[in-house]
Amino acid sequence: MSETRILKDEKEEYHLFRSRAVVAGLAVLFLLSVIGVRLFYLQISNHENLTQLAQENYQKRIPIPPVRGQIYDRNGIVLADNKIEYVLEVVRNIAKDMDENIALLQQLIPISQKEVSKFKQQLRVNSRFQPVILRSALTEEEIAIFSVNRYRFPGFAVNIRTERVYPLGSVASHVIGYVGRIDTRDLERLGKNEYKGSTHVGKTGIERFYEERLHGKAGFKKVEMDAHSEPQRTLAEESPISGEDLFLSLDLELQIKAEQLLEGKRGAIVAMDPRNGEILAMASVPMFDSNLFVNGISYKNYNALRDDMDRPLFNRALQGAYPPGSTIKPMAALAGLDAGVVTNKRSVKGRGFFQIPGTRRHYRCWKKTGHGHISLNRAIYQSCDVYFYDLAYRMGIDRYSKAMRKFGFGSKTGIDLPHERSGLMPTPEWKLKRHKTNWYPGDTVNVGIGQGYWTASPLQLAHATATVAMRGRRMMPHVLKAVRVSRNLPEKPVRPIALPSVSVKDRQWDAVVQGMVNVVHGPMGTARGSGAGAKYRFAGKTGTAQVFGIAQNKTYNAAKLAKRLHDHSLFVAFAPLEKPKIALSVIVENGGGGSAVAAPIARQLLDSYLLPKPKVEPETIQVDGDDKLKKEKQASDNSTLSDGNA
Amino acid sequence: MYESLGIFRHIWEVLSKLDLVLLISLIILLTLGGITLHSASGENAAMMQRHFIHLAIATVAMVISAQLPSHILTQWSVWAYSGGIILLVLVLFQGSMGGGAQRWLEFGAFRFQPSEIMKLAVPMMVASYFSNKTLPPKFLHILVAAVLVLIPMLLIARQPDLGTALLVGSAGFFVIYFAGIAWKWLIAMFISLAAAAPLLFYFGMEAYQRQRVLTLLDPGSDKLGSGYQIIQSTIAIGSGGVYGKGWLNGDQSRLDFLPERHTDFIFAIFGEEFGLLGNLILLSIYIFIIWRGLYLATCGIDTFSRLLGGSLSLTFFVYLLVNTGMVSGILPVVGVPLPLISYGGTSMVTLMAAFGLLMGLKKRKIGYGNA
Repeated sequence: MSETRILKDEKEEYHLFRSRAVVAGLAVLFLLSVIGVRLFYLQISNHENLTQLAQENYQKRIPIPPVRGQIYDRNGIVLADNKIEYVLEVVRNIAKDMDENIALLQQLIPISQKEVSKFKQQLRVNSRFQPVILRSALTEEEIAIFSVNRYRFPGFAVNIRTERVYPLGSVASHVIGYVGRIDTRDLERLGKNEYKGSTHVGKTGIERFYEERLHGKAGFKKVEMDAHSEPQRTLAEESPISGEDLFLSLDLELQIKAEQLLEGKRGAIVAMDPRNGEILAMASVPMFDSNLFVNGISYKNYNALRDDMDRPLFNRALQGAYPPGSTIKPMAALAGLDAGVVTNKRSVKGRGFFQIPGTRRHYRCWKKTGHGHISLNRAIYQSCDVYFYDLAYRMGIDRYSKAMRKFGFGSKTGIDLPHERSGLMPTPEWKLKRHKTNWYPGDTVNVGIGQGYWTASPLQLAHATATVAMRGRRMMPHVLKAVRVSRNLPEKPVRPIALPSVSVKDRQWDAVVQGMVNVVHGPMGTARGSGAGAKYRFAGKTGTAQVFGIAQNKTYNAAKLAKRLHDHSLFVAFAPLEKPKIALSVIVENGGGGSAVAAPIARQLLDSYLLPKPKVEPETIQVDGDDKLKKEKQASDNSTLSDGNA
Repeated sequence: MYESLGIFRHIWEVLSKLDLVLLISLIILLTLGGITLHSASGENAAMMQRHFIHLAIATVAMVISAQLPSHILTQWSVWAYSGGIILLVLVLFQGSMGGGAQRWLEFGAFRFQPSEIMKLAVPMMVASYFSNKTLPPKFLHILVAAVLVLIPMLLIARQPDLGTALLVGSAGFFVIYFAGIAWKWLIAMFISLAAAAPLLFYFGMEAYQRQRVLTLLDPGSDKLGSGYQIIQSTIAIGSGGVYGKGWLNGDQSRLDFLPERHTDFIFAIFGEEFGLLGNLILLSIYIFIIWRGLYLATCGIDTFSRLLGGSLSLTFFVYLLVNTGMVSGILPVVGVPLPLISYGGTSMVTLMAAFGLLMGLKKRKIGYGNA
């Protein structure tokens, strides 16, 4: 029965099947055309986009950091160098079983537990693609041992690292500055591409100011990576261009001398070549060791530096704002002469104090008995306050301030170092804005002797002194003397930049400079002790900047005041008189009178720079210098003459 | 002389059972597959050697299955089916772990997946069930057939092996379809399946399977996790463009960005190296093979042959659709290989055996066939 049914249905079933097969075939075509559309979308519409994604997948641009330029002094002595060392680095993304691998590695090359814990700490901080140093300063033998076993340690690699070293430690540390690890703030201001392979960047000083020159241009290597980040082959390569070597105008010997002379004190010295604005020495004491910052200063060290009352991180020479005191009297005299307020001939009666006409307040001279009738020349070499009270009062603050600005006071010198401060050359407008009060004639009188609101940096003082030395010709101070793009090429000198000069008549220059000469060489000069026995002639001016306000009718008693309230001791000078080669300013914080402390220091520096040097080893020079310093100190202590203004 | 002629005669008899057109298309496809696998394996000679061994075994399986007449197959169906069910239950209880799921049974050094047998046993069973029923079938018969399909399907899905469950299920379903299930029931079935999809998604699927579906909707959500394969395979295909990067020049595969690139994701390598043009040619070859399979099924000697042949052809299509759909990122990732191209012995043998069955089922009108 079943057989007949099958036979009966055979044809009908065949047709049923055939129609179903046709429908199925159409469904197959339809569904596969959906796949076809999808392939069309991927391979034509989205082709470019996906090709780019594919390239991003496997093409990696590995930056090659350039070698940082070196820094030398003017005689080619290295101030900032690169130490090349081999380090063992680990990329967390690739490395597996970190603890196990480190333990295995420790059997091959010595890695201390301290290094391991430091490494683990760094691992946490860095991204998993960033190589982190496990061991530094690998020996050749260790490199060989590791290389043989490299295949066992994926993600571990020996790489060359250059590390910044400052061979002289703290010498000129404020000028040279230091490099440190790049942080997020640095990344905001730096070109991200240029710094992709770099780890360090200049943070302060020359290292920061000439960062672009020192850093050089990063190269890159475009490599093909597989999915496990193992490089397969190099597709393109561009070598990095090393940073430029910088030759500073600093004279290392003078710099060290300056720093030694300030040792144990707080203060600053700026010495420059007045002819071209080259900074010969810029000392700020206390100092710090630049090397501490290179690999990240420890909290302990940093806090110690930051919280030190003597502020070693602060560059006094550039950022210090000191009342310039009597050191500005030569410039004030020139301003007065130029304005016709004083003449070379006319004398002023010095009674020991100055009174603004119609008032009773006494502006005292440092010499209570008064200087009697005093000429311009004597007013300078004896530093008569009353003469300059009168000068400023009669000139008026507007003219006075304008004339002093021509010497650079109240504005930045434009030196090639970061964070310069402009100091303050006050005007009535400034006072109204800042203190919301009017300018009083008494303010003018105080400014007349470099006190009151007036502040200046040691650099500005040296610069203004250089201007006097060059009789008005002003050059922009600078630290960079020459640049060497490549070791094979000669150094290219940096062209000095001239600034607007101060034009005063020649005989007026003569008169003022004569006053300054008499300060050191005259029989009654305030710093005649420091000028004695010089083998060359020079010009100088003492200054004492008041830190502590003294009430009317009181006398200044150094012994009774706390050391930090003592006056600042200042001295400016240039030499040789006939053809000035050096101009300098010395400031010793709370040092007391200018003639007692600052002037002898200046004399020693001038001697050291101008006199022919004995051919001896640097160490002996240092010892020599110390002895000299002590002798000079005794000499200056013995000299009773002190200059002070109140 | 006579004896040797007799041997030739026997060989001719055996070979004449094969369908020349289908055979040639299969050879073309397998050649393309070998070329692609050479590249996808990273020019791994050992893997290629194993691939050729698989091919040889599969060819023997094809030639043997082509000799089996339909009445014998009908008789074997029940045994193959029930044996398969027993093995599947065995796997669930004591199968060794493989790839995170219990799929394998071990016989000494020999490991095999019982679910693979079911790809052939299920359609054979259902076809033989329908072979002595009036067609189009009655509702009760369809219900019985559905149960016959669902039991192994669920057992395989429990392993879990969604890909094979899907293939086994569709093989059984296609038999019911060709048997002539009424369109209204078919539509009703699809609608209820669609309605049950959310329930299936939340209660029927493993967490990783749900993740795969979600990944398909937004591959970017987990770039290094489950979305990685889809992203890398679409990048590979898309970067191939119209003409492709050329043989052995696929960067994605050469640099190891594509996981499973010699097995389930080999289509991405093909697309990357041969481009849209290559893809269209490949799809055309597949379409031709499916067409030829459906044609041979129509020529089937009896109901059983037709139903089985139709089902096997369409199951082959399901392989292709699911694999290319998943590799090109429009279907969720399920473990279905690109038929006859992906590396893997088991599926190769099963597929070639299926084609053998297909060839052997056709009616022989003129003497020793029209091969």
